Amino acid sequence: MMPEVGLQSYLLLGALLFVCGAVCMAMKRNAIGVLMGVELVLNGANVNFVAFARFNSTFEIEGQIFALFVIVMAAAEAAIALAIVLNFYNNHMTVDVDTAEELKG
Amino acid sequence: MDVQTALFWILAGLTGLSAIAVVVTQNIVRSAAWLLFTLGGVAGIYFLLGADFVGATQLIVYVGGILVLVVFGVMLTAQGPFVTMKTSAAEWAISLVVGLLLFSVITLAAVNAPWPQDAHHSEDMESAETSQNSVKLGAAFLGIKEITPKKDLTGFPMGKTPPERKQVAYLLPFEIVSVHLLVVLIGAAYLARAKRRRGMPT
Repeated sequence: MMPEVGLQSYLLLGALLFVCGAVCMAMKRNAIGVLMGVELVLNGANVNFVAFARFNSTFEIEGQIFALFVIVMAAAEAAIALAIVLNFYNNHMTVDVDTAEELKG
Repeated sequence: MDVQTALFWILAGLTGLSAIAVVVTQNIVRSAAWLLFTLGGVAGIYFLLGADFVGATQLIVYVGGILVLVVFGVMLTAQGPFVTMKTSAAEWAISLVVGLLLFSVITLAAVNAPWPQDAHHSEDMESAETSQNSVKLGAAFLGIKEITPKKDLTGFPMGKTPPERKQVAYLLPFEIVSVHLLVVLIGAAYLARAKRRRGMPT
């Protein structure tokens, strides 16, 4: 028998998405892979927002509104990050983030 | 097992497995395809949580917008049809250990923390016809409707009265966010424009 689905199940799903995103950001050598990791992290946070909005009537509206704001912020972040990646590609002819070491001390 | 529980496990399994596949896959195009399933699954989770407007926005903005942007980025920066950048085995091991540790820490915190929640609220699942979700969201943005909760704040320390909540409208933050998005998109178009290299004939 499956355990009952409550707030904690959704929090665990959000935690899984967050950890996947963090590992993805740290491990991928492709700059666009790093960007995908950021999207996963933001989605994990959003799942938590909406879950709290559902299970706690104090945040019934706020959780959803903050989730909407996070989605808009993610769109802005993806646009600017892709512009930076394209510039990086124009200068280095690769998107391997390991080659970005000109500022290394 | 009722329909809601079954739907949650199906959607959570889809979302979690594709999120893991995004990390594990070496090929960036396959990674983008798995990201599509993850974002779609998260949209399904939003629908399941009764946040229909957020779910629709997730589908439109994430799946329709950001993912297409990411795929265009992959196409514009790939030299061959299958770009793979290998990660070494030591990095895999370190990532696995760090990821498991991080996940266990968050899991412990999420399970042990006394989250304030209404016990009854999880049971009265609203049907689609009676859901006033989008109406409530719009009223909260405009501040034309009382959105301060009727119930007391749960989980507040005993012996203290929670502060009075003033009626708030989210119209100004919404406007700021929309102007911010406009500025960022103009900046992104400026950054990503095709530059002529110095010394090249015009």
